[in-house]
Amino acid sequence: MNLLESNIRHLVRFTLNGAQVEGYAEPRLLLTDFLRHELGATGTHVGCEHGVCGACTILLDGRAVRSCLMLAVQVEGAAIETIEGLAQEDGGFSPLQQAFHENFALQCGYCTPGILMSMTEYLRDNPNPTKKEVRVALSGNLCRCTGYHEIVNAILDAAKALREEDGASS
Amino acid sequence: MPEQVQPPNKHVGRRTLRRENLALLTGKGEFVDDLPVKPGTLHAAILRSPHPHAEIVSIDCSALKMSGVHAVVTGKDLAERTDPMLVGFQNPIDYYGMATDRVRYMGEPVAAVAATNRYLAEDAVEAIKVEYRPLAAVVDPLQALAPDAPLLHPRADSNCVSTRHFIHGAPEEAFAQADHGATLTIRYPRNSITPMETYAVVAEAVAETGGFDVLSNFQGPFSLHSVMTRALRVRSNALRLRSPKNSGGSFGSKLTIFPYIVVLCVLAGKAKRPVKWIEDRLEHLSAASSAANRVTKIEAAYTEAGKITVLRLTHWDDNGAYLRAPMPAPLYRMHGVSTNGYDIRNLEVTNHVVVTNKCPSGAVRGFGGPQLYFAVERMMQKVASELGMDPLELVRRNLIRPEQFPYQAIAGALLDSGNYQRVIEEASAAGDLDRLKQRKQAALQAGKLYGVGYAACVEPSQSNMGYISTLKTGDERRRAGPKDGAVASVTVSVDATGSVNVVGDSVPQGQGHQTVLAQVVADQLGLAPDDIAVALDTDTAKDGWSLAAGNYSNRFSPASVSAAHLAAERVRKKMADIAATMLNAPAEDLRFENGKILAAHNPDNAVPFYRVGGLAHWSPSSLPEGMDPGIRETAMWSAPELTPTSAKDEINTSLAYGFGFDFCGVEIDPATGVVRIDQYATAHDCGTILNPGMAEGQIRGSWASGIGATFYEEFAYGEDGSFLSGTFADYLVPSACEVPEFQLVHPTPTPSPYTRLGAKGIAEGNQYTTPACIANAVADALGFEDVLLPLAPAKVLAWLQSSERPPAEGTAPAKAEEGKPRIGGSGEVQVSATPESVWDILLDPQQMAKIIPGCDRLEAVGDNRFRGDVMLGVGPIKGLFEVRLDLTDLDKPRSAKLVGSAAGPLGSSSGAGVFNLKPMEGFATLVEYSYSIQLSGKVAAVGGRLLHGAARQLIERFMAALARQAGGDAAAEVHSTWRALGRRLLALLGGAR
Amino acid sequence: MKPPRFDYVRVESIEQAVELLAQHGDEARVIAGGQSLMPMLNMRLVRPQVLIDIAKAAELSGIKANGKAVSIAAATTQNALLRWQGLRAHLPLLAQALPHIGHFQTRNRGTVGGSLCHADPSSELPLCLALLEGVVELRSRRGTRRLAARDFQVGVLTTAKQADELATRIHFPKAPEDAVFAFKEFHRRHGDFAVVALAAMRCGNAVRLAVGGVGDRPEVRSWCGLQGSAIDDALNEFAWQLGGSDDIHATARYRRELVRHMGRLAIAETAP
Repeated sequence: MNLLESNIRHLVRFTLNGAQVEGYAEPRLLLTDFLRHELGATGTHVGCEHGVCGACTILLDGRAVRSCLMLAVQVEGAAIETIEGLAQEDGGFSPLQQAFHENFALQCGYCTPGILMSMTEYLRDNPNPTKKEVRVALSGNLCRCTGYHEIVNAILDAAKALREEDGASS
Repeated sequence: MPEQVQPPNKHVGRRTLRRENLALLTGKGEFVDDLPVKPGTLHAAILRSPHPHAEIVSIDCSALKMSGVHAVVTGKDLAERTDPMLVGFQNPIDYYGMATDRVRYMGEPVAAVAATNRYLAEDAVEAIKVEYRPLAAVVDPLQALAPDAPLLHPRADSNCVSTRHFIHGAPEEAFAQADHGATLTIRYPRNSITPMETYAVVAEAVAETGGFDVLSNFQGPFSLHSVMTRALRVRSNALRLRSPKNSGGSFGSKLTIFPYIVVLCVLAGKAKRPVKWIEDRLEHLSAASSAANRVTKIEAAYTEAGKITVLRLTHWDDNGAYLRAPMPAPLYRMHGVSTNGYDIRNLEVTNHVVVTNKCPSGAVRGFGGPQLYFAVERMMQKVASELGMDPLELVRRNLIRPEQFPYQAIAGALLDSGNYQRVIEEASAAGDLDRLKQRKQAALQAGKLYGVGYAACVEPSQSNMGYISTLKTGDERRRAGPKDGAVASVTVSVDATGSVNVVGDSVPQGQGHQTVLAQVVADQLGLAPDDIAVALDTDTAKDGWSLAAGNYSNRFSPASVSAAHLAAERVRKKMADIAATMLNAPAEDLRFENGKILAAHNPDNAVPFYRVGGLAHWSPSSLPEGMDPGIRETAMWSAPELTPTSAKDEINTSLAYGFGFDFCGVEIDPATGVVRIDQYATAHDCGTILNPGMAEGQIRGSWASGIGATFYEEFAYGEDGSFLSGTFADYLVPSACEVPEFQLVHPTPTPSPYTRLGAKGIAEGNQYTTPACIANAVADALGFEDVLLPLAPAKVLAWLQSSERPPAEGTAPAKAEEGKPRIGGSGEVQVSATPESVWDILLDPQQMAKIIPGCDRLEAVGDNRFRGDVMLGVGPIKGLFEVRLDLTDLDKPRSAKLVGSAAGPLGSSSGAGVFNLKPMEGFATLVEYSYSIQLSGKVAAVGGRLLHGAARQLIERFMAALARQAGGDAAAEVHSTWRALGRRLLALLGGAR
Repeated sequence: MKPPRFDYVRVESIEQAVELLAQHGDEARVIAGGQSLMPMLNMRLVRPQVLIDIAKAAELSGIKANGKAVSIAAATTQNALLRWQGLRAHLPLLAQALPHIGHFQTRNRGTVGGSLCHADPSSELPLCLALLEGVVELRSRRGTRRLAARDFQVGVLTTAKQADELATRIHFPKAPEDAVFAFKEFHRRHGDFAVVALAAMRCGNAVRLAVGGVGDRPEVRSWCGLQGSAIDDALNEFAWQLGGSDDIHATARYRRELVRHMGRLAIAETAP
């Protein structure tokens, strides 16, 4: 148990998309600001800073969470995944990214990283969702450009592609 | 939307995938806050008014000598270093982007601080002490015109700052001759489309020009550039505005970032370093921008056969506390189409521009259309219902007929093309209107509340930059000189290796402009879209741009595309002239295909595209005589149809006009007032479709924000001016669960004759039709006229049920606190002390300090006047407030009035309480109390749901402490009996509010 | 919207947390999932000097079913509870109610104890605790005490937990074999705080109904042998007793209408 003083920057280490990273943060520094401005991982966006819009959603130890509702010092030792780690190893789109691309499921793209991270967990746990279930799962991410229709279609397409990928590999 | 079958070398009309996605889907987008800034860049935070209306007595920044704080500006700095920002007409409002001597809306900037990071800047903002003298506020545009209404701007003689009256045709005669007439009053609420990315500005003072370099997500129009330079007192070329590749949506709102650019420039000048400001969500919701709410009285006269002969529209457009250019443009942008798509030849319009204590208005997708068409389309429904006619039949009888195009509407709009009847036919068939009518019949037979609604709209695109002049009288216009047109700029260049670059002024906010411009230019030059580089990040120091540049009012498809087409055509022509000498063939016989330029009659006679481009750079001497070297063509394109306002106030407000038609069926739950969309179809004719994937995205996006405006989204204000929608839990943006599926119908397009590819805008249609269509269906279902948006279930249920089941006889209800925004209540507490002892406590600052929760010390500052610093709060929420208490109406020891105020970083409150002390047996006193509290500032904006309960808890704590203080040791017991007694007595006082 | 300054300490045990609370009292705030606290910190509505992070204390996470109750460690996340195998059998009401709490992303962090201690009058978990007559276990250096739901939540955002106390476990009585439950919620948007939330339980001809979102805390009524219009009468009386107030989402009157309407639906849903 170590009390981190308010006005000192403390060393924070964790893995970001599989790579060990570190930086310094005052206790009050939000994880969003740490990711974006300390580590330069600007793909995670800030939309409301009160946990409603979902733009800043990342994966923390495999679970989708709002990074605006976390402090950098809280993720010491954790495994974090963000939009920057989503593409396949050769740099090509993942099935989820590909489905968004083909379905015109983004316009300004500001909310997109949060949606992709949310759906990464969701489709992992729910490989064969219905349209209605997808809408419920999507309701924690606000989008103002698209009206959601193409996003829902993209998620259903991605689910199908992922199931086929799974079927092929097993 | 179906993809057009295209020949292999044609890309316009194809569902080409967006090139923008490659960065956006991998986290490599470049939004303002993603870009690196210069070392030493500071971060700004803004102190904002907790009051809707108050005089600024003093601003004390002395506590800002903390480390990390580099500069602060207040309204005084703005007034010294800048001039008021200009609006399109003479007006009595001095607007600097920051309050100078008076605040006029909750959230108005009062000071800005630059510090080494945002966290410190927010610390610093909290350390600024501002003393305000609150003034009465007014939030309703009609109440604002009352003679005794608080006057916002002392130089004005009224809160109505502009009135214009227009007569087109002979409205008076038409009303006199009509068979029938109808009147309807509409109140359109305040909303916006709150983009996911908020405002962002990085400003730096530039020594060599005395001007500023600004990176921001400003969307244009760049006519505002000169408003900024005039305010900053710099030459136009000394304000360099840049915008990055990506913007996180705008929907109009990022127009009114310009006052913040001015403020940030002043702050950066004072700090002598670059300063970055990222608006936070609370700032955005309370103070960025909102569509003007509007009251419209609409009158119509019509024949027995259902032909509408005249409309009279009286608008009271509530622009909030200040006018910011180009406001009140939404009123005038729609002026030319005041008769919508109907062949109505008599029109009278009166525009009142009103100011109230709310956030200043700004651009919102739809730009005046939602307010206007809601009134017109609601009137269509009303007239049909009074005639007992099918509303769709009424619409059909009044629509402009296909053979009438191009059609000059009575107020001046030159409707370029369309076949409105065909759109309705195709939509009715594809959207299965017959099935909908059957569903209605079945629902009514089953006793359900079911209604059908229709709405039609003419959708303007590419604004005439001259239309705002219609606000001026003919004389004023003559003196000012003509204003018209709308210049778009695109540059196409071919470099020495034959690569093509496109630069444009469309400032995209996420729509996919790069992809579309690549399609357009590729078709001209016989290349693939992937061969074309498109850069749309803007820089006023380098790019071709004019005052119409930017992203607004459906500008891209007609304007930027036409400019790109023209520039590419010029490049093509020049390259054909060069190739003609190389191929020994006439230039007009050459084709551009698959990266080659070839002779049409002998395709083997060909030269690669890149070689022709290369020649223009590598060997100017080989070019045809008189030809300039290099290949770079900038097209500045404007359409001749965009003429100035006529002497008779007719104005062709836009260049191309699409048509939209919606119908829907809704069912209303009689128990909850929830309106469920049963079936919905929408059809849009926007001329040539450039990319169906994106066009459909625009319609679906607009539909979703139409649903938001219809059911969920409202910037709510209390009658006292407090702002109540400060978070995304209060300002309700629809999620995927709230946006239903609908049928998107693709009618046969009628291309515009006035745009180069026949394309019209498509982004706004459902802002107009969706709210009106659903409101018409609700009116149909309920037989109820005064349908107010948003359709919150509580509101709808109140229209359905005039009265509520009362409590049973003899079981009095608990005191319900109804009627926003005032928080109030009453109660009683029994105290084991005489009225005289209680009285002494109330008048003794030391004893009062002990019973005010969180108060250490209270000092007397006059006769029965006290002040103290109090830590007030409920649960974990706490804040330091400066509390002032004033005891008046003293009637010792029977009654007194306590008037108080509290001010601190969490907000401001004022309130009054009345005590009646009644002696009881055994040296006891019954203290009856009632209170009413007004709250504004942060707590009011973010705490809506919990405020009543929280206030009640604080009052109860105070009364319990009073009982304890007066009753000595018996306190605990008194407290608990009081709680039970209090509840029961509160119940008895149910009606005593 | 950036938090004010505070010290931060991540504890590994209840004992450490309790020591810190004894030391700092009201100047400390406990953070578990932070789904309510962090927005308030970002808005600077809350200004602790010390933030005590209990999310990683192993003994504060986990679910145990014993004889009559299910005991949930306070920092167990809402989603961990939702995924718990025994939920449907032992706490069928929570199986219905938990999906209504925010969104899956907030339930991934939000904790059972955190929601109860935050004491929002519209929240689902306090409502369930009230209906089921659950118990909150509080630990301090002074000892351990257990508070019944009705004694724990006392008002808007206010509980009887003292500043030096840590909520360590929540005890929910297991559903009686013959109990039937219903959960109803009315919200403007999916995942929003409830305008009105109701939970009902029937055992034989006894019905209990809890209502959230109207009063300053969830309120519970019990009736026996209600039939026909007597149900409506009882609900009407309850609705009027709850008080309630207007806000921008609904009026007090509308909330009463929902209590009458949804109360009837909830009770009907539990009927045999």
